Order: sequence, then structure tokens, then C-alpha cells
Amino acid sequence: MKIHTLGEFEELVLLMVAALHNEAYGVTILEGLEEKLKKKVNISAVHVALKRIEDKGFVKSRFGGITEDRGGRRKKFYVITALGKKMLDAQFELRTSIYKQIPKISFG
Amino acid sequence: MKVKPPKKALHFLRWFCREDYLEEIEGDLTEIFRKQFENSPRKAKWEFIWSVIRYFRPEFIKSFRNSHQTSTVMIGSYIKTSVRSISRNKLFSAINIVGLAISMSVGLLLIAFTHDLLSYDRFNEKGDRIYRITSHAAFRGEYSSTFATTSVKVGHLIKEKIPGVEAVTMVQTEFAADANVKGNSVPLKGYYAEPSLLQIFSLPMLKGDMTNALREPCSIVLTETAAKKVFGLEEAFGKTIQFKERDYQVTGILKDVPFFSHLQFESLVSYSTIAPQIDKDRDRLSWENVYQRNYVYVLLDKNTSADYIQVQIDAICAEENKANKEAQVYVTLLPLHDIMSGEELQNSIRPVMPKIVVWIIGGLALVVILSACFNYTNLSIALAMRRNKEIGLRKVIGAGRRQVRMQFLAEAVIVSLVALVLSFGLFLLLRPQFMTIAPELLKMVKLEVTVTMVLLFIAFAMVVGVVAGFLTGVFFARINIMNALRDVSSVKVFKGLSFRRALVVVQYTLTLIFITSTLIGYVQYKNILAFDLGFNTENILNIDLQGNNPEQLIHKLKAVPEVKGISQSKIVTSVGNAWGAFVKYNGSRDSSLVFTNFIDEHYLAVHDYHLIAGQNFITRPSTKAATSEIIVNEKTLRLFNIANGDAQKAVGEEVLLSSMQDAGKKLTIVGVIKDFHYGKLDEEIKPVAFTYLTPDRFLRSDKMDGLVNVRLDTRDPMETIAKIREVWKSVDPVHPFEAKFYDDSIEEAYSELSAMIKVIGFLSFISISIASLGLLGMVVFTTETRLREISIRKVLGATSGNLVLLLSRSFVLLLTTSALIALPVTYLFFEMAVLVRFPFHENIGMAELFGGLLAVFSIAFIMIGSQTIKASRSNPSEVLKSE
Repeated sequence: MKIHTLGEFEELVLLMVAALHNEAYGVTILEGLEEKLKKKVNISAVHVALKRIEDKGFVKSRFGGITEDRGGRRKKFYVITALGKKMLDAQFELRTSIYKQIPKISFG
Repeated sequence: MKVKPPKKALHFLRWFCREDYLEEIEGDLTEIFRKQFENSPRKAKWEFIWSVIRYFRPEFIKSFRNSHQTSTVMIGSYIKTSVRSISRNKLFSAINIVGLAISMSVGLLLIAFTHDLLSYDRFNEKGDRIYRITSHAAFRGEYSSTFATTSVKVGHLIKEKIPGVEAVTMVQTEFAADANVKGNSVPLKGYYAEPSLLQIFSLPMLKGDMTNALREPCSIVLTETAAKKVFGLEEAFGKTIQFKERDYQVTGILKDVPFFSHLQFESLVSYSTIAPQIDKDRDRLSWENVYQRNYVYVLLDKNTSADYIQVQIDAICAEENKANKEAQVYVTLLPLHDIMSGEELQNSIRPVMPKIVVWIIGGLALVVILSACFNYTNLSIALAMRRNKEIGLRKVIGAGRRQVRMQFLAEAVIVSLVALVLSFGLFLLLRPQFMTIAPELLKMVKLEVTVTMVLLFIAFAMVVGVVAGFLTGVFFARINIMNALRDVSSVKVFKGLSFRRALVVVQYTLTLIFITSTLIGYVQYKNILAFDLGFNTENILNIDLQGNNPEQLIHKLKAVPEVKGISQSKIVTSVGNAWGAFVKYNGSRDSSLVFTNFIDEHYLAVHDYHLIAGQNFITRPSTKAATSEIIVNEKTLRLFNIANGDAQKAVGEEVLLSSMQDAGKKLTIVGVIKDFHYGKLDEEIKPVAFTYLTPDRFLRSDKMDGLVNVRLDTRDPMETIAKIREVWKSVDPVHPFEAKFYDDSIEEAYSELSAMIKVIGFLSFISISIASLGLLGMVVFTTETRLREISIRKVLGATSGNLVLLLSRSFVLLLTTSALIALPVTYLFFEMAVLVRFPFHENIGMAELFGGLLAVFSIAFIMIGSQTIKASRSNPSEVLKSE
């Protein structure tokens, strides 16, 4: 099986999906990211990332109910899959292990 | 009320976005938009639009290939349903097909004509680098004109001074001589040309050396046909041809010149043959001599632009003009491919067809074709009710607008392709008629059907079909399913009626304009031909001397009993020919241009000129140097203020006459004639001077070697001409007899007018057919849909008269409207734009102004009448029974 990699922005979106568990759809992910990153993010970028990580099997989606706010369109909720969680764990482990190798340098 | 995101952007998103992603994206976008809208509506809108644009990338765009695939599958169905619906409405389909076919035949003619015109000179491989020199000359203030010819000097200067020119060639078109072949004379015509001619133009040589064939003096290159003419089956190459003056060596055989070449010759003679003569003649070498038949062609280097050469030519012109008092000459480069479709120039090698004429005729044809297309649209929409259900059902099953539009387009294209077959037949039928519209056309175009031509025709038919079907398609695609499938009577049949009414008005207005123009033009043309020019041209036969001695011919002609008078002259006037000279009188500082003709002592009497003072020539000089007398017209007296314009006192006054050929010479006025029209009728009366025709005026160049004018008194002109032809044969057995009645020459001089009238006449015939068909369709449809109403009215007691009036009232109103527009427009157009060009025209008469109207209205009334009467006579019980 091909081992998928994760881009930086994709990783952020995946993290956000995981964090927002069950409440993650386009707009909430966008707002969450904007709040954390403290900068404007375009919704299309979020959608592109979502499609990609869904194709890679890190998230799965389902449609929610119709809400008046969205002009009669349904929300599409994303939930992280086991594979996605494993991927995040692996990424986190990798980073921490390397981080730990950093010698204690004083920037005094 | 919730705010809505920008419509256009949303439509765009829905158009391109993948369906499985659309819902999510649209929902998210809308939600964000609404949130932002509360803060700043403007910003929200822009943000929305920007985001939509950001989605326009491969991941989100739906694949369009699929929808195309379905449409190719549908084509079979389109064709099937189209054929069904065409055969279901036979009358309307016939009207459509016939209307389109008639109008398309014009288009076909025009396509073929333009195709031929544009294929001129295309056989030249270096064609895009070949230019001909055009001369714009203004002779001492009075007279200026643009010539296709130029001076020998220009040719020399370009050769010497201008870099970037690969080759220059000078061509003189006046070679004509009789070859003596074993005792028989064979006349041969052609050009004098420099060797570079064969290098510039792609004229394949069958025998001989391309570069040197035209180098030596007295070399002649023959075309295949000419070689056969002179030598029969014998080998011509290398032989000697005997001419009267000297012998020529055949140094090459060329393939015949292609039909689509503006240069047409049967032989080329080396320019070096006449070069010594030209080099001696100071007049031929002068800067202002642009009017003798000397053409210069240049072939530019591969990387030289015409503009660059033009700049240098301008500099040369400026320098030469400074030193020249006789004339100011400016020369320009004319691309080879623009020669045949460019403006008309003096001394053109052959008649050209200016682009503007093609555009005008093309515009008129387009109007006619569009008119037929609208007919189609009109009738198809009129049939809307009958097909509403079909379209409604299609839509219910799942046809999109696209498919509905496609179906109607397919139907229109099929109709127009069927019409193409019919109009191709018409085209073949019309072609010979078209070619005889103007005599030059026969020599100019072939209108042969080639593969390219057929492909163009088919493409043209497709375009016509698409134009015709487009509006119909759009109209039907909009049909509301609910309305269409509900009760038929609820559908508004006459929706868009004003649009269709406007169409009828436009069509009839155009028809009336065309037909009235034809009539007015024709009457004016006849008036011009019958115009009193100030002298009598009736029954005068002008015989071209072709280098023969006039004495002998005149002597023999006198024996023919029908000949009532004989005179001689240099040129035929009043048909556009002109011969000029400069006259100076008494104290006047500058000389002015007067127009001249050389005539003998019988000329005035034979042509019934009115001598108002003085008398005919007294002396009979035999050389031009001995000439001492001049006869002038009244206008000349007024121009120079000779004896205060008093004709009696002017006799005996002296004027100084000089021309290109003669140095200044004092001449005494012996007679004054009444003013007459020396030029054509679109010119004012000109000052004219006649001098005696001395034998040394017979120049051989330009075939301008004089005429014998014969006044005939005969019941049977054909027989008399036959007699005269016999006389001619006894004098000159070699050259065919060339003679023309004066009146015929005048008619020829206005041939472009008659051609234009014929073209517009033809168009008016076509447009009346189309308008009539359109009207017929409308009337049939209206009466048919109102049949039930008519029956009920009849039952309630309406008479046939009432009903006819009711049904035809609206149509009569439309026709009247178009008459009210068309007649004033045509009248003003002629008064303001056309007839002002002819200062001596007669007023437009009532007959020609209203004649066309009468004809068009009669046809329209017959159609309206026949249909409405038929409807009003229908039996109500039959009609209402089926309810």
C-alpha cells in the first residue's frame, strides 16, 4: 500500500478536523484555523485540503441536515479516521523525537 | 428576508463546479457570505466573488466531455424529428426552403465571384513581394488623376537609387504587329518587357532560357497558343518571325498565361527593342509622362518592407517635383494582390472590380439573406403552438435548454442544406445571366465550381442554417413546461407579434427600396442615353482605321448608296475619352487645359454641330506644323474671356496652343460652335478646341490611329454593315473589321450604370419573392388559427366582405407603413446622393416612384385576398363540427 504523505496545510486541517470532533465542516474549520493562525485563510484552500486528505483516507465525511443559514444547502461534516489519527501520531512522534535531540543551547 | 450572494458569481459556480462538490462549497460560501455581510456588505460581495474564482481549478471543474458525448448520440434523434416535423408542415417547410434557396443563390453567386476575384495573381510564388507603381499626377493645376502607368524615368530611378529591391521590370503594353507567315498576315499583340519580368512573375517557360530570352533586341517570346497561331504544328522555338518593319527571333515558348492573371498577353518582346527609340525621345523620358502605357513592377527583397521603399520613393518624388513645372507626380506602391480588387485607375491593363463595389453588393445580399432567415424564424415561431407540447414533453423527459436549442438548430441546418441543393440549381441557372450583366465580367471571372467552392457553399449553408435556427431555438428553449402541457388554448399564440410585424415591415420596406431604385435608375439611365449632347450621334458608324490609309477606304465607302456622309476624327468624344492641350490667350499669364479632337472638314456637318459664328476650316494643311486654324466652343470663349465671350467678334482672334506632342503654336479662331458635352454626363460642359486632322496625327501606339465616321441612312443596318465590311476587306484583308455605332459606344460608356441597375433589379426580384413568401406564411397561419373565430362570426351574421376586411386590415396597415418609410428614403437617396453626380439629369417622375409600390401591393393583395376569401368562404358547420 502506498504510504501517503501529509502537506503542512493538510496537516493543520487534519488537526483541526480532529480537534473539532463531530462539529467539523468547512466554515468551522476555516474559523478555527483563522483563530489559531491569526491570519485570513481562503475557504477554497480549506476545501482543497479536505478533498485531498479525504482521498488519502485520513478523514471521512457525511452530510448533515439542511439549515436556513446556508441557502438550503446541507453541511458536510468531516470526522478523522483511524488511519488519520495514526498519521497524526506518527507525525507528532517524529517531530518530538527530533526536537528532543536538540542540544540545550542557551540563547542568553 | 435573508440576503442573497451575488447572482452572477453563483451562476458561474453552478456552471463549472462538479456536482458532487457543489452542495458543500455553495453552502459554505453562502454561510461565510452571510456572516460577513453583517459587518460589511460590500466586502462580503467581493470576497464571495473572489472565492468563486479561486474554485475555478481542475479539482473542482466538472468534466464537460460527458455532455458532448450525449449530444453526438442525440444527433440521430435530432435528424429524425427534424425530418418528421419538416414533412408534417409541408406548406411552411416549402415556403422556408424556397425562400432560403432564392436568397442563398445570391450568396452563392457572390461567394463564387469573390472567390474568383481574390484568386487573381495568386499563382505568383513571390506574389506578396510584388508591387506595381501607381502615379498620382497633377498637371499644372487643372487636371489631376491617378494612373496605373508611370514614367520611364521612375523605373530608371528605382533601379538606380533604391536598395532593397530584388528586381524591377518595365512593361509597355502596346506591341502589335502583323507577322508575315508564308505570305499570310497574322496579327500578333503583346507587351514589351524587360528580362526581369520572367524572374518576377511565375510564368513557366517550356522552351528557352528564362534569364536571357528577353535580353537581345528583337527577341520575342510566344505563348503556346500564339506559337500555334503563327507556326501551326511546326516547332516555333528558334525560328524567325517576319514583321513589316523587322524580323524577330523566337527565343522562348511560355505556357499560356493563367486566366486569373491581370497581365494578359500572347507574346513578349524584349524591351531592348524599343529602348533606343525611347532614350532618344525627351518627352518619353520626362518626369511627367506617366500617361503612356509604361508599367513598372518591383519585387522587393525578402526582408524589406514596402513602407521602407515608399519612404525612399517619396524622397525621390519630392526632389523631382521641385525641378518640374509641368506636373507634380507622386508615386506609390500597389501590392500585386490588390490590383484586381483595388480602385479603378486610368490606363488600367484591364477593368478591375473595386472592393467597395463587392462590399456594397455583399451588404445588399446579406440583407436579402437575413431577410430570408428571419422569414424562417418568423414562421417557425408562428408554429409554436403546434409544437409546444412536443417541447414540453421533451423537457419533462429531461431535455435541457441546450438540447432543445440543438434540435431547432439541427432542423434549420437541415432545411438550409436542402435549400442549398435547390439554390445550387438556381446558381447554375443564374450564372450565365450574371456573367452578361456587364461585358467585362465574362473576361474577369469564370465562376467555375471547384472543390473549394463546394466546401464554401456548404459552410455558407450551415451558417445560414445556424443564423435562421438560433432565434427559434432560443425561443423554444424558454418554453415553460407547465404552460406547454396545460390546455393548448392557454398558450398565447400571438406572443411576440409586434416583433413579427416589425419583420414584415422591414422586409417590405427593403423590397420597395430595391424595386423603386431599379425603376428610377432605369428611367434615368434611358434619359442619359437619349440625352441631347449638342450634336447628332444617330446612325453614325465609327470605323477604326487600324493603321490603314483613310483615303482609299473613304473613296470606296462613297460608292455605298446608304452612306450619306463621311468624316474623319482622332477620337470618339462623349464616351469618356479625352485628349488635352494647353491654351494661352493674349495677356493671360497661365495657360489652361482645353479638351481637343482632331477632325477633318466634314466632321461638323456629319455630326450636326451648331456653328454659331465663323465657318469651317478654310485651309487643308497636310502636316501638323502647317496647321493654323482652330474651332472652339462657347465655353472656351468664356474661360479665356475672348472678345468678352462674343462669338462673332472672337472669330479672327489668335490663341497659343501647346500639348504634350506639340510645342506652342499660334492658331487663329475660324469658327465658334455651340457648347456640347465632350465628357460623359457626370461632368460639366468643358472648353473644347478642334484642330485639323493632319495625316501625321496617326500614331500607331495605343491603337489611337484615328477613325472614319460614316453617317448612314438605312432601313436595314445589318445589311449595310455587311456591305461596309466587304469594303473594308477589300482595303485591309488582314485585320478584322472594327466598327461601332456611336450610340452603342455611348451605351457602353455607361455600362457600369446598367450593370448596377441590373444587379439591384435582380436583388429586388429576389427580395420581393422572399417578402411575399414571408407574408404568405403569416397570412396562412393567421387565417388558419382564426378559422374558428371566423366561423362563429359567420354564424352570427358577418358577411364575407366584413371578414376579408377584418383579416386583411392589419396586413394592409403594415404594408402602408413600409411604403411610407421606403418611398421617401429612396427619393431622398437619389436626390441627395446619386443624381447630384449627374448635373444634367431629369427629375424623378411619379410613374417610376409609385410604379414599384403598385406592383408590390398588387402581389401582396392577391395573396392576402386569396387566403382571406378562402377562409371567409369556409363552411362554419364543417369547422365547428370538430369541436
